[in-house]
Amino acid sequence: MANGKNTADIKLHSKYVHMVKSFLTAHMVTILFVALSLLALYASNMNIFLYVTDIVSRISRNAFLVLSLIIPAVAGMGMNFSIVLGAMAAQAIIIFVTHWGVTGFPGILLCMVLSTPVAILMGYLTGSLFNKTKGQEMITGLILGFFVAGIYWFFFLQLVGGIIPMDNPILVLSSGVGIRTTIDLSGGIRYGLDDVYRLSLPIVLIIAGVIGIVYRGFSFFRSKNQTESKLTFFFSIIVFVAAIAAGIAIMSSTTLLNNVRIPVVTWLFIAGLCLLIAFFQHTKLGQDMRTVGQDRHVAAVSGIPVDKVRIIAIIMSMVLASWGHIIFLQNMGAFSTYGSHEQIGFYSIAAILIGGATVKKATIGQALLGVFLFHTLFIVAPAAGRNIFGDAQLGEFFRVFVAYGVIGATLALHAWKTLLQSKQKQLGS
Amino acid sequence: MIKLLKNIIATVSVPRLIIIGFFIALLISAVVLQLSISELLSSSLVRIGMNSVLVLAILPSIVCGTGPNFGLSLGILCGLVGGLTAVEFRLDGYTNFFAAIAFALPLAVLVGYGYGLLLNKVKGAEMMFSMFIGWSAVSLMKMFWLVAPYSSPEMAWPIGRGVRVTVALLNRQVAQILNNTLIFKIGDITIPTGLWLFFFLCCFLVWIFLRTKTGIAMHAAGDNPRFAEASGIDVDRQRVIGTILSTILGAIGILVYAQSFGFYQLYESPHWMPIIAVAAILIGGASIKKASIANVIIGVILFQGILVVAMPVFNIFTQDMASMGEISRVIMQNGIILYALTQISGGE
Repeated sequence: MANGKNTADIKLHSKYVHMVKSFLTAHMVTILFVALSLLALYASNMNIFLYVTDIVSRISRNAFLVLSLIIPAVAGMGMNFSIVLGAMAAQAIIIFVTHWGVTGFPGILLCMVLSTPVAILMGYLTGSLFNKTKGQEMITGLILGFFVAGIYWFFFLQLVGGIIPMDNPILVLSSGVGIRTTIDLSGGIRYGLDDVYRLSLPIVLIIAGVIGIVYRGFSFFRSKNQTESKLTFFFSIIVFVAAIAAGIAIMSSTTLLNNVRIPVVTWLFIAGLCLLIAFFQHTKLGQDMRTVGQDRHVAAVSGIPVDKVRIIAIIMSMVLASWGHIIFLQNMGAFSTYGSHEQIGFYSIAAILIGGATVKKATIGQALLGVFLFHTLFIVAPAAGRNIFGDAQLGEFFRVFVAYGVIGATLALHAWKTLLQSKQKQLGS
Repeated sequence: MIKLLKNIIATVSVPRLIIIGFFIALLISAVVLQLSISELLSSSLVRIGMNSVLVLAILPSIVCGTGPNFGLSLGILCGLVGGLTAVEFRLDGYTNFFAAIAFALPLAVLVGYGYGLLLNKVKGAEMMFSMFIGWSAVSLMKMFWLVAPYSSPEMAWPIGRGVRVTVALLNRQVAQILNNTLIFKIGDITIPTGLWLFFFLCCFLVWIFLRTKTGIAMHAAGDNPRFAEASGIDVDRQRVIGTILSTILGAIGILVYAQSFGFYQLYESPHWMPIIAVAAILIGGASIKKASIANVIIGVILFQGILVVAMPVFNIFTQDMASMGEISRVIMQNGIILYALTQISGGE
């Protein structure tokens, strides 16, 4: 009797150990990153007000772009490095809109409207190319980004001002041909979206908390299987109540955090995209995409037009990326004509991978968590480098290393897992 | 006649024909514009020679089946460490050059071994993985250069620590040492004999290696891994050997490049060199799965030749010739890699 109880205990024990172990291995990258970020945050000795201001603006800047990576990953095409094409489309349109002098929120809307057809065309061409290089979409996307960048450079360095007339001494180089290397958007579309409506941080916390509680409560009492979701329900309620409490605490104190102002419209855009992606995954097309992502051959046999679905996935990602880059640049306020697009490709992909996404699986939560963690490190790394090693440059190189390293490491882990699985399959059959 | 033409197009392929056509057009315009042909030829010979070993380094990686080595930066970094160490010991001339190779070799073998083992774990995604491991190594080494304990005056900043962005080789009598060995002139054309002899020596050694027992096994492992495995070849081991060889040649390649250039460039330049080298061998007719020494030689001559001739020709047409040269390089190199990617057996 006692013996039986013991074995049950051991079984239960080993079950927990197993759970913890599989949790650790499944979320290795994210956990490592949380530890790294905390360490760097501690070492950087950073003022909390500066940090919060910076992270709020960075999340609102980058989240939309990172979310644009989800759909192709679900469709089995890996991390979509070709979003830099969407970014280039956005930059090209922004240059013209700045030249025409359309500013503020109308300028943003005009950019979005005009960049959409360009992004659709590029998405179609990219998708067709990916259909010729199945299994190597990522490297193809990466190289395609460099290739199109060459054409983009040619257009804006050699043609604009020469063959394509543009009489604008602010944008065009003094020689009369070619666009300047940096473009200043202040007085143009800078903060065109962010400044439509801003609310202070505590108010946003309280509103978000209230909405969260109402939504959670509503969905909880409607769901039939209440016992199962009880834990998550209480947990999320605690989080939302904590948000409200924090909001009230900040408001009643005199910290500078009261001065952090949230760009509400930008965050509504991001929230809208999250809802859209969540909704899309339940549509027929979304389901088809998931099937294609799991197994192309099974999908083809069950009558799904695989190639077409893949092209649609890339087109959607491309359009979202071009909008995301417009949001990114209106927040930055200036951009490097010939280099900004390259950066956002690497950094957005590193961000979503840090959030725990893999080449085959990416969710909205991973994207948001990833943006938060990645940018935390980005903010604090130079200061941490200065404090630990006496050299801010070291911290800057370190964050670049992290971006490349994370992409390389997750790719390797995924490739290794796939290899092991296919070996096991071979042994099994 | 049409059939013959079609055959030629099929074997040479359209992108390569475009590149060859571009080269011919450049040459014709150089003649028409009365540019100094002998000068162009002399600088082409130097440019081709200095890039040649780096392109050769891609060959073993394709032959052994890991695909073009986009992580050649690992080898390049080994070479740079070797080169800096030789400068640190204040060695001069050929002693410096060969000491640099000697310092770099064990490092390259070690790094290549580890890198090869990793590549065996990521079969099917080698290119992507090697690209990113190369880039992360470059940024990791940037941090190393910032704190590296080198002290010779060529390298150290006057104040503070770390290594300069470029390390000049003139004072150590290494600059152009290969180029100037047995240098002679035919008319106005300068022939950098030593440089080319060194390249041919490397080619010859690789050629011999590929005909040894190991080399043949490597070929087999790269051509058809399953068949090779069935006939008793340890495919994983061959892939590691190929990767080591590629890394070693990368290390030697950067030393050859740097002596001709006259500087070690530490921070930014190792980043893009692998892609340029891969593009050159692909232009020479190699594919992701198949390559030969001929591909190396043709490729480096075509690619670097174009880049040399393009500059003065563009100079006539546009005020901004530097960026035009850069643009045509970027379009060519990435275009040919994209083309090669679409040729991998229908993608399945």
